[in-house]
Amino acid sequence: MTDTLTDTPAQLPELPMPRASGCPFDPPPALRGLQAGRPVSRVRIWDGSSPWLITRHEDVRALLGDPRISADPSLPGYPHRTAGLKVRDQTRRTFITMDDPEHARLRRMVTAPFAIRKVEALRPSIQQIVDDLIDALLAGPKPVDLVESFALPLPSLVICELLGVPYEKHDFFQRNTRVIVRRTSTAEELLAASEALTDYLDELLTVKLADPGDDLLSQLAVQRVATGEMTQRQAAETGVLLLGAGHETTANMIALGTLALLRNPDQLALLRDTDDPRTVAGAVEELLRYLTITHSGRRRVAVADIEIDGQVIRAGDGVVFANEIANRDPEAFPEPDRLDLTRDARRHVAFGYGVHQCLGQPLARVELQVVYSTLYSRIPTLELATDMDRLEFKHDGLVYGVYELPVTW
Amino acid sequence: MRVEVDQPRCVASGQCVLMAPEVFDQDDDGIVLLLSSDPDPVHEEGVRESAAVCPAAAIRLLEN
Repeated sequence: MTDTLTDTPAQLPELPMPRASGCPFDPPPALRGLQAGRPVSRVRIWDGSSPWLITRHEDVRALLGDPRISADPSLPGYPHRTAGLKVRDQTRRTFITMDDPEHARLRRMVTAPFAIRKVEALRPSIQQIVDDLIDALLAGPKPVDLVESFALPLPSLVICELLGVPYEKHDFFQRNTRVIVRRTSTAEELLAASEALTDYLDELLTVKLADPGDDLLSQLAVQRVATGEMTQRQAAETGVLLLGAGHETTANMIALGTLALLRNPDQLALLRDTDDPRTVAGAVEELLRYLTITHSGRRRVAVADIEIDGQVIRAGDGVVFANEIANRDPEAFPEPDRLDLTRDARRHVAFGYGVHQCLGQPLARVELQVVYSTLYSRIPTLELATDMDRLEFKHDGLVYGVYELPVTW
Repeated sequence: MRVEVDQPRCVASGQCVLMAPEVFDQDDDGIVLLLSSDPDPVHEEGVRESAAVCPAAAIRLLEN
């Protein structure tokens, strides 16, 4: 009886949903309500459309792995995140907005540096960067903003080295990346930021083509652009995607993860007191699950009718995946709201699921393992230098996190 | 237990190599390589977990 009422667009729950005040790590309470009551149900988004929202862990994995679900934002019914991203995603095509076989063809052109052995080979230099940044922290004034002085520079330095982008330009690309990941950016701002970054990497590709180095952009230039497999613009857009993804996600995991650990001192102690790589690796998976910073929902559209949980998702219906609540599904993770670094959290969907699952995940894992196993043992008295309620969280971000994290020791 | 991998489906997430390095490896592009289709029972748990987390369902297990 109430179905008729709740299914009229004006009555549907609206996405994004607010988190509970004073509880920055937990997903919005309304998402919990949906997961318990109507795990596959309609929601309303910014443009007045009403895509399906998927909230259970099992359903997220089943549907994100289903070829009847498309990642193509040019298809009618695709539930765009914002007006700006709608324009951007329809004009610039990278592999994350394509379906197989095109997706697989283009993605494989950039998978090489993310193979486990190659990422493991970077571990010593990542450790060196982390140690150098901590040395600088300890030698400098305090309190200090951990985001600016540690959480952002680490992934930025690493992805720049991997891509072959000069780190000296970091102000330029960090500023433009911030515009791209801010939910409040207008279409004009977003396109201008995207274009500025793409133009820059396009120029860089010309340089690499003439004088290739041992980096991913050089490989793309020589092996793909020069051979005609990819246009130079496509290669530049792929570079922008990797540069942005490499910055924003890991930086937020470092800062928000540190805050979560400072709020859970018994868990922080586990990391501070261990030198067992397996314990650290397990802790990273649990923090990825618990925080699920990709909190704006994976977006897809059905290309055929799909029946799930007694509902029929029709071809052309938009589908949003609430990975943050899926990772708090009690069916998949007992006592899901407890941060427990010793639990087996490896089946989390913080990196997504299906063929689009995060390309950079091996690199993110190593960066986070090095950070979490080093920062708290080298600065055991690390503490928050402000009140919790003064921190500003990225409610408006495509990726969740904290804008600044003042710390002292 | 018998293991099969479907290389065209693989998206190079690398998790199988982390969980069962005795059974799975990667080529230069990160695509899965099967080292043993009939793994030693001590590695079965890692193989099961690899299949469970593989985002592209590129690992198939056939119980004996």
